[in-house]
This record gives sequence, C-alpha cells and structure tokens, in this order.
Amino acid sequence: MKRTELLERLKLSGLKRALWVYHLNTGGCNGCDIEILAALTPRYDVERFGIKLVGSPRHADVLLVTGTVTRPMYERVKRIYAQTPDPKVVIAIGGCASTSGVFYESYNVLGPVDNVIPVDVYVPGCPPRPEAIIDGVVKAVAKLERLMEGKEG
Amino acid sequence: MSGVNALWQAILVLVGGGAVGFLYKGLDRKLAARLQGRIGPPLRQPVLDVVKLLSKENIVPGTAVPWLFRAAPFLALVAATTALLYLPVGSLRPVLSGYGDLVLLLYLLAVPALAMALGGFASGSPYAVVGAQREIVMMMSYEFPLAIAAVGIAWRLATLGLSPAFSLATIAANPLWGLVGPLGWIGLLFLFVALLAVTPAELSKIPFDIPEAETEIAGGLLVEYSGANLALFYLADVIKTVVIAALVVALFIPYGIAAPLGVDGVGGQVLDLAFFLVKLFGVIFVAVTVVRVAFARLKVDQVARFYLLPTTLLALAGLFLLVLDKVVMGA
Repeated sequence: MKRTELLERLKLSGLKRALWVYHLNTGGCNGCDIEILAALTPRYDVERFGIKLVGSPRHADVLLVTGTVTRPMYERVKRIYAQTPDPKVVIAIGGCASTSGVFYESYNVLGPVDNVIPVDVYVPGCPPRPEAIIDGVVKAVAKLERLMEGKEG
Repeated sequence: MSGVNALWQAILVLVGGGAVGFLYKGLDRKLAARLQGRIGPPLRQPVLDVVKLLSKENIVPGTAVPWLFRAAPFLALVAATTALLYLPVGSLRPVLSGYGDLVLLLYLLAVPALAMALGGFASGSPYAVVGAQREIVMMMSYEFPLAIAAVGIAWRLATLGLSPAFSLATIAANPLWGLVGPLGWIGLLFLFVALLAVTPAELSKIPFDIPEAETEIAGGLLVEYSGANLALFYLADVIKTVVIAALVVALFIPYGIAAPLGVDGVGGQVLDLAFFLVKLFGVIFVAVTVVRVAFARLKVDQVARFYLLPTTLLALAGLFLLVLDKVVMGA
C-alpha cells in the first residue's frame, strides 16, 4: 500500500513538472496559434516549468486545441486525440475552440471542440494572452492531479 | 575474484555514467536557456521527463512491426551503456579493457543510431521512414571523418612503437600531443576539430537534428514512440552524450591533474576523476550546447555536404600531416 502510494507520488511529480504539449489547429484563424508561440518565447519561457512543445501527439500530455472544428478536421481531431497516450488533458484555447465564437452555428463548422472530444480546460479570449494560456496549462496540471488521485473518472 | 571486481566496477560506471549523463543533460538545457536569455528548466528536468514518460501509456501503432518496434529502444540503450564500459574514466583503465578496443567502440557508437533508424522503419509512419532515411544519410556522411580521426591517432601511436595501439587504455595513457613534432601537432589539431564537428551529429543535436526535426517531420524517427519506449531512447541519448564526450576526452585531452600536482593514491584518483568530469563538461558545452544555440537546423544536403567535404578534407589533411610528421621525425 505504502509502496504504491510512493509510486503514485513519483508519477505525479513527473507529470506536474514535465508537461509536453502538442499544438493542434482545428481550423482557427492563427491568432491563438501566434499567442501560443508567444508563450514559448524567451519572454515567457515556459520551459522553466518543464513545458515543452513536441511535434507528435504520441509524445504529448496536453493537447492545445485552437479554432472551432471544421468539417475536414473532424476525423483528424478524433484521430489525434486517440493517438495521444493516457493520461492526457485537452485545453481549448480561445473563444472559437471554447464556444465556436463568431462561427456559432455556421454551416461549415461542427461546433466547439467539446462537440468532438472531451475538453478539460477552457481558455477564453480572442486571442487569449500568453499569461492566460500558461494559467490554463497550470489548471490542467491540477486536473491531472485529481485524475491521478482517482477523484474524477 | 577479478570477475566479481569487474562486475562491481561495471555497475559503478553504469550508475555513475547515467547520473552524470542526467546532470549534464540538465546543465545543457539550463545553459542553453541562459544563452538565450531565458531562466530555463531546473537541473533535474531530464529526470522528471523520464519519470513522466515511464508513467505514460506505451502505444504500439497498428501499422508497426511490433517486435522490431519494441526491440529498437532496448538495442539503443544497451549499445550506449556497453560503450560506457570501454571508456577510460579519469586515470582508471576502462572496465572492459582487453576485451575490445577503439574499433569496437566506434561500432558501438553507430548502433544506437542504427537502432533508431530500425525503430523508425518499423513504426510504419511515413514521417518516421523519412527520419530514418535522413539518419542513415547523416551517418554515412560523418562516419568517415570520425574513423579518420580515430585511425590517425592509433596509427601514429603504432609508429611510435606503443602497442596495442588501438586499445583505449594505451591511447589515454600516452597523450600524442607531446610525442609528435610540430607538423603532427597541427595534424592532431585538425583531427580534434573534425571530431568536435562530428559530435553534434552523433547526438542528433541542432544544427544536425535532421532525423528528428520536430517542425518539419514531427519528431521523425521517434514520431510513433511514446511512454516507456520513448524513455528508453531518451536514456540512450543521455548516456551516448557522456560516451561521445568521453571518447573525445580519451583521444585528445587524456591529461590528469593528479600527477602534475603531486597527489597520488586514492586522492589522486578522485582528483583525476573530478578533472575528467570537468573535461567532459567542457566538451559537451563547446560542441553541443553552444553550437545548438548558435545555429539553426541545416538542410539534409547541407549536412551531407558539410561532413563529406570540409570535415572529411580537414580530417584527411590532419592524417596527411601526421604521416608527414612520421617521415620528418623518423619514428
């Protein structure tokens, strides 16, 4: 009992301080993407929290999803979510990803990201500031913590 | 009895090598961040990365060749750790000296890269296949100058009557700089620069990270690897960094400070070990950290051209000067 507890603590410490994020644009206007890039610049330096941008969803712990889901992206979003190894967290960045924003009930979109895959954290804004994105990732860490402790399914 | 002794030494070298590898990986990231005007991750970040990767789901894609996909990370790690046992540490002889020499070490250094290429081909992802092809292209480009540097040194030692010339213990015990004439000295300098130029490519670091290249081929070779398998590749990279830096140190800067300072016995060995770690750090800082901060990624053809033309020519010139030196010195 004690040993497994220690192991869980160890796993959690790794997850908390070494989140690798994968950036997924589901059909946004690139505004949020630029802000994500801004969060990665030396000015904000997210690497000091162990956050790293990776090129493959297989390496990721966090999916940063920007933009409302367009029809061609529907299958891809689902596939990339499935390709990400567990435990994983999805963060919807920006108004479009959270609520469809100005594309609400538009003919060529399938609604916000949570219509397609489960979203854990919403970061509103058009676009959100880098500070808000970093705050979202920190909230995702708290969510992961609860997930690992088994309080939420 | 000596078998048990060797086993203990081997365990010590492997654990120590791993710890030093993690420390230097952390220092590399921290210093790279400082060079870019960032604060950078804490020193223990590489350990946290590996712990996290081990706690993640380990996915084998449906299009992969499962046994080869799983075997490749183990092959890479085992080859890298075995290479660690053939390297002289400070003033101590290599643990497995007498069971293999410089030539074996060069092959062992090639195995992790080959294992990564195999794993890439076995992933069944087009990105990984492109990455694997790039890895092979890069290997074919840098292996020649690497081999020239190693063979040049061993050949000059053999002409001086020191044998076995290819043994790393001999090479580390007889620094060539003091044994050759001025021509040979310049030749050695050329070989040293060529070997330093090969170092970042051996480790697939910027500007020679074309096989991984996150921004163009999404992680390349490693694109389908996740969880524990990715952690094994990470570990192999950490240990290979120590191995290649220790190889550079053994070939070109095998000096100790205990003898000149007049310290002997255990104290001298500890002093030499500490100095060895400082030299390792120097090599990694100069050849990996500074280079990867200062340059952007080269294109595939630029990498191949860089190694096949200037680096190979430099190494050949170094070898030629060593031969001339032998003719002039007559020994």
